[in-house]
Amino acid sequence: MSEKQAIQPNIGSSFHQENIRRKSRFAIVFILLAIAFCVIVVININSGNVHIPISQIVKILFTHAGPDKDVNIIWQIRLPRILVAAVLGGGLATSGFLLQTFFENPIAGPFVLGISSGAKMVVALVMIFGLLHGLTMNSWTYIIAAFVGSLMSTGFILLVARRIRNMAALLVAGIMIGYICNAITDFVVTFADDSDIVNLRGWSLGSFSGMSWSNVWISIGVIGVTFVLVMLSAKPIHAYQMGEAYAQSMGVNIRFFRIVLILLSSILSATVTAFAGPISFVGIAVPFLAKAFLGSSKPLVVLPANFLTGAVFCMLCDLIARLAFAPVELNISTVTSIFGAPIVIYILINRRRGRNG
Amino acid sequence: MDKKYFSIDHLSVGYNKQVLIRDICVDIQKGEIVTLIGPNGAGKSTILKSITRQLSLLGGQVLFDNKDIMGMSFKEISQKMAVVLTERMKPELMTCADIVATGRYPYTGRLGVLTPEDEAKVDAALAAVNASELAGRDFNAISDGERQRILLARAICQEPELIILDEPTSFLDVRYKLELLSILTRMAKENDITIIMTLHEIDLAQKVSDKIVCVHGETIYAYGTPAEIFEEEKIKNLYNIDNGFYDPVFGSIELAKAEGEPDVFVIAGGGSGISTFRALRKENRAFITGILHKNDIDYELARLLAAEVVTEEPFEPIGETAIEQAKAAIDGCKEVILCDVPIGQMNQPVKELIAYAEDQGKLIG
Repeated sequence: MSEKQAIQPNIGSSFHQENIRRKSRFAIVFILLAIAFCVIVVININSGNVHIPISQIVKILFTHAGPDKDVNIIWQIRLPRILVAAVLGGGLATSGFLLQTFFENPIAGPFVLGISSGAKMVVALVMIFGLLHGLTMNSWTYIIAAFVGSLMSTGFILLVARRIRNMAALLVAGIMIGYICNAITDFVVTFADDSDIVNLRGWSLGSFSGMSWSNVWISIGVIGVTFVLVMLSAKPIHAYQMGEAYAQSMGVNIRFFRIVLILLSSILSATVTAFAGPISFVGIAVPFLAKAFLGSSKPLVVLPANFLTGAVFCMLCDLIARLAFAPVELNISTVTSIFGAPIVIYILINRRRGRNG
Repeated sequence: MDKKYFSIDHLSVGYNKQVLIRDICVDIQKGEIVTLIGPNGAGKSTILKSITRQLSLLGGQVLFDNKDIMGMSFKEISQKMAVVLTERMKPELMTCADIVATGRYPYTGRLGVLTPEDEAKVDAALAAVNASELAGRDFNAISDGERQRILLARAICQEPELIILDEPTSFLDVRYKLELLSILTRMAKENDITIIMTLHEIDLAQKVSDKIVCVHGETIYAYGTPAEIFEEEKIKNLYNIDNGFYDPVFGSIELAKAEGEPDVFVIAGGGSGISTFRALRKENRAFITGILHKNDIDYELARLLAAEVVTEEPFEPIGETAIEQAKAAIDGCKEVILCDVPIGQMNQPVKELIAYAEDQGKLIG
């Protein structure tokens, strides 16, 4: 009797208790991700073809003082590259998460759905048009071109998705769009002979190299603002995860929200493509990892964790791309594929098993 | 006029501008349970999808508290109306409590953060459907019956005035069906929540509903109380039944009578004949039975299954006419089955029949 009474009071809501337990898990995940972020930044700055001692790096970072060559390497090459990799990685992961929500499909992403390739194609066409006519293009032109290309591919995918509700078929359609866009890109790149095309070729395979500070600020600006908008949509995104009919019954204006989702994810993947070219599998692998870390799919916590994980993932992959066969640099997609593709296979197998069981 | 709570007024519904059902007029009072019945593909779900605004209306209007739902914001509707749909939800990494918590959506702030009050309501909703023990389980790992209960808890958690359920009992076994429907009736009576749903089980629809809407053909076929709707002929027409019967008294569905000449007579009464009637029907054997009072429980079933029933008026002692009729029938049969008939004041002559059958050497059982 007295035992029972001792247990009963202050037990509160059991769901409340559960949520408190979850919050501590979330906190741990975020702390670990922040640590991983810092560690990878330090390693990244500290490694390269030219060795610079850590004490020197710290000095250069905080005082700008030191040998001119080293200051240049740190401030003009390594730091912008790291920052861009982090921001674009986060943007790509966010874009993937939005597309997965939209298509109710865990292996949707800007790369597999051909959205990155569409963006790449339009950017390549614009670049070559500019080269032929002697026009100089700025970053904004490329971002807008990439955005147009993203929307074109997405529109096509939507047409297909309306007819086919099958997850694998959607993917095949996306990959085919990717092939078509890549073929057109290759075609124009091959026939436009110019010395600048070398640049274009490197970009069209995906790379974080050669980033200027203006690239850094623009990508931080565009992706930052878009990410804030995404975070403000965390609530309807959560409703949307329940399926459209339920989301509507919860008060979401579905027609409007569908457009918002598509626009936000297209802006993100377009910005990434405009600066770094198409980068494969980050959009699928990272959201999967972030959700697994947190043990939750609630957008309010998954989105920031996903962004951080994407940043860490891309910085790590870029590090590997730079160092694995130095001084030869790998394409970023080569590295992200090695990590990302197995995760996609794992998701596919696991899904199948879940359905049979 | 002012008593109207939820009013469907000359509504036309359908897909892609193609009208499937037109001129639907139904007025629903607060706290009523209204069930849509009708054959597969008749458009029951289409009507539900239209009144929940998943489909656009193709004519007419739906008034909720005298307000046109098309003029209400989704948010306004979501605080009054909750749904349980057939559409399969495939959430990731969500427990049952998380699913129920999504019902709080219309009440949470910009970012959808749950307050301790919201969390307490989630617990309460789970308790209301007897599913507290499922709270921490993964939603994808529970059974169909449990899933329906969780989705109902989700709807309850939304604190609606009206819950719309599309085939909530499909795929559930008998126990869960009964449990779910008893929760619904309790909510309607105790909390004054209005319930609109579709059901395949017409027997259950008859028992739980205040009003029945029969959906069949171009417009709704009938609308009224179960007593008005559940007539043998109406139900037969609604479902185009030509190979069976619907028994409005017990709400049971019976196979059609066996065909052919009856060759067996069943002496039954007081409920003793029911299992024999069904067994004979299963063997597809036509039979005659008697002598049954028209208020006998056996009579209701015999009427549907027997080729011929020898009857007597209620509360009258069995008379000469009936006895003669029964004897004539026994003459025409090869066998007479004697059920465990209780014999009292009113059916004394049954003894005479038994003796008659025994004399002819036809009596078995």
